[in-house]
Amino acid sequence: MTILIRGASLMGGDTSDILVDGDIIREVGRISSSADRVIDAHGLIALPGLVDLHSHLREPGGEGSETILSGSRAAAAGGFTAVHAMANTSPVADTAELVELVAERGRLAGYVEVRPVGAVTKNLGGEQLADIGGMARSAAAVTVFSDDGRCVGDALLMRRALEYVSTFGGVIAQHSQDPRLTEDAVINEGRVSSELGLRGWPSVAEESIIARDVLLAEYVGARLHVCHVSTAGSADVIRWAKKRGIRVTAEVTPHHLLLTEDRALAYDPLFKVNPPLRTAADVEELRRAVADGTIDVVATDHAPHASASKDCTWHDASFGMVGLESALSVVQHALVDAGHISWSDVARILSVVPAEIGKVGGYDAPLEAGSKANITLVDSSHTSVWDASRLHGRSTNSPFAEISLPGRIMSTIFNGTETVIDGTVVAPELVRKT
Amino acid sequence: MKNLVSTRDLEAGRAIALLDTAIDMVDVRSRDVKKLPTLRGKTVANVFFEDSTRTRLSFEAAALALSADVTTFTAPGSSVSKGESLKDTLQTLEAMGADFIVLRHSHSGVAATVANNGWVDAHIINAGDGTHEHPTQALLDAFTMRSRLLGDAARGNNLSGIKVAIVGDILHSRVARSNALLLQKLGASVTLAAPQTLLPRAIDNWGVTVVTTIDDAIDTAPDVVMTLRVQKERMSSGFFPSESEFSALWGMNDARLSRLPPTSIVMHPGPMNRGLEISGSVADSPQSTVTEQVANGVAIRMAVLYTLMGDSR
Repeated sequence: MTILIRGASLMGGDTSDILVDGDIIREVGRISSSADRVIDAHGLIALPGLVDLHSHLREPGGEGSETILSGSRAAAAGGFTAVHAMANTSPVADTAELVELVAERGRLAGYVEVRPVGAVTKNLGGEQLADIGGMARSAAAVTVFSDDGRCVGDALLMRRALEYVSTFGGVIAQHSQDPRLTEDAVINEGRVSSELGLRGWPSVAEESIIARDVLLAEYVGARLHVCHVSTAGSADVIRWAKKRGIRVTAEVTPHHLLLTEDRALAYDPLFKVNPPLRTAADVEELRRAVADGTIDVVATDHAPHASASKDCTWHDASFGMVGLESALSVVQHALVDAGHISWSDVARILSVVPAEIGKVGGYDAPLEAGSKANITLVDSSHTSVWDASRLHGRSTNSPFAEISLPGRIMSTIFNGTETVIDGTVVAPELVRKT
Repeated sequence: MKNLVSTRDLEAGRAIALLDTAIDMVDVRSRDVKKLPTLRGKTVANVFFEDSTRTRLSFEAAALALSADVTTFTAPGSSVSKGESLKDTLQTLEAMGADFIVLRHSHSGVAATVANNGWVDAHIINAGDGTHEHPTQALLDAFTMRSRLLGDAARGNNLSGIKVAIVGDILHSRVARSNALLLQKLGASVTLAAPQTLLPRAIDNWGVTVVTTIDDAIDTAPDVVMTLRVQKERMSSGFFPSESEFSALWGMNDARLSRLPPTSIVMHPGPMNRGLEISGSVADSPQSTVTEQVANGVAIRMAVLYTLMGDSR
């Protein structure tokens, strides 16, 4: 099977044709030959397939809100060709058997490469290390370990985890949240929490853990990845750590690049998320931190929840927002259109570097001949009001409803297979593997 | 006005109209026949997910004085523990005929969520939500201040020029939040006195003056000192070290009362910890309005029910 993409702007730059042959990009340039499939991409931007370092696909155990298949479809719709599935499933992904099951179900679904994240501690209990070596050596070859949803709060355990994971060349992705400073916290601590009478989640609870962890990483010579950075102060700490030569990488979510705590003023649980939405000053500083390289990647923290978990009071609602389909649009709006970064930077923060951090093969030479055929075509001139009908997962808890956002994914190609054609996600039976 | 969820959403003109209606309700309460027929055939459901005997009885008395039928639903803790959501509980009560839902809940924002989401058509009256707001308490406090300080000139007037000091656990107090908002809308100036641990963060937009101890507040010669109930379990959570230190720095006592202008009043929303945030002798002094506040509470809640009923016609 060959696919010829005609006239795409390569990462926002020169216009070129791309010839896909099987699962490989065969040729890039002016191509006169024909192909089995021809995609007219004039006016579209070609990006390497997007890689998400942080998704919750909920399977096993949470199939009411998402499955590996439904989450994979949402990912493809958002232009992704690889996603990391967080470990906080039920049961927790803390054994070789479980991560292999997740990877295999992802492979069978066929929309994206599903890379399981292994738990750092058994059952996310924060007490005893999970089977890290077993997961690393399993067929799923896990390289990213995280107790996401919970912080590895104990300093000694975090030290050991950093050391032990580095034995296998992996990385700890830390959910940085001091547990004591955030007991019962449900919203950013500040003007809005004071007005609403809700228990605040202070910025220092994130910043102090990041500060501790970068020093631990330096001390033991390990790699650290910081999940969903949400405050200006966290960006400062990471900037300082990088300057010092500490091997730390960091991610920010699309929602923390766009939305502020003010969204919570009507107690609408769609805006309840952990870490919480912060202030406009934080949003601005996080954008700058992406632009200057302090924050390495954008990761979605896609967190589907069934409607009953959001059609309720703020207190009773679950934390989290879906984000796979909207990620690129928010990045375009908050970073590209706002003048902070270029489209080639988008390829870097949403594909090349997340793949590098997660050791996902095939993304190191984006849109070059010989690379894996993972390609996303975007219509950046399209603008529309976001609504839940755009979602392909099982849950509709998107915070972007009624917000006008630019960009539309027109085509996604995963290892040479089209998963999105003309803006429509391909039917499961057409991509399913056996 | 369909619902009363917060004093934040209450315009000053509306508030004054409610206070004036409450004057009429006090008159009704002093008549031989102490009832109005306004809510005959209507049902007021008191839905209390958090214990509060005095607020519940006050709303009950108000509803009965307006000839309403009253049903009471109390579920200390929460009915969620029985597997039923708040939404289902309220829709069940409405299906049983509730026209007004008086809602008390230990979680902030519950009344706003119910009023915003269209789960029910009934009027929603917030009888206290977590550490957010308690609008009828603020209204009855404003009513008490106005009648004490303005006397016969109360009707139609606001609290312009009145200085109010609110002292103690501001952080956890829905009474303090609702009062700070409402009293300023009515023209009063508000000073808060509390340890840093019991002050909300980032309140520079509240329009209030913040001082440290109760003595600093008394130095401003306030017309009103409002003391707040302090939960003793706050000590074990590290908000303050001991009862004696709290009462030494933030407790209202005789010595402090004597430093106030003789026309000033001392308020407390109840229930009081005598000897902690307010001494027994101050609570029993002529300058204390504690029992008046309770009596005025019934009149204010009558005025709220009466007004919401009138506006829905």
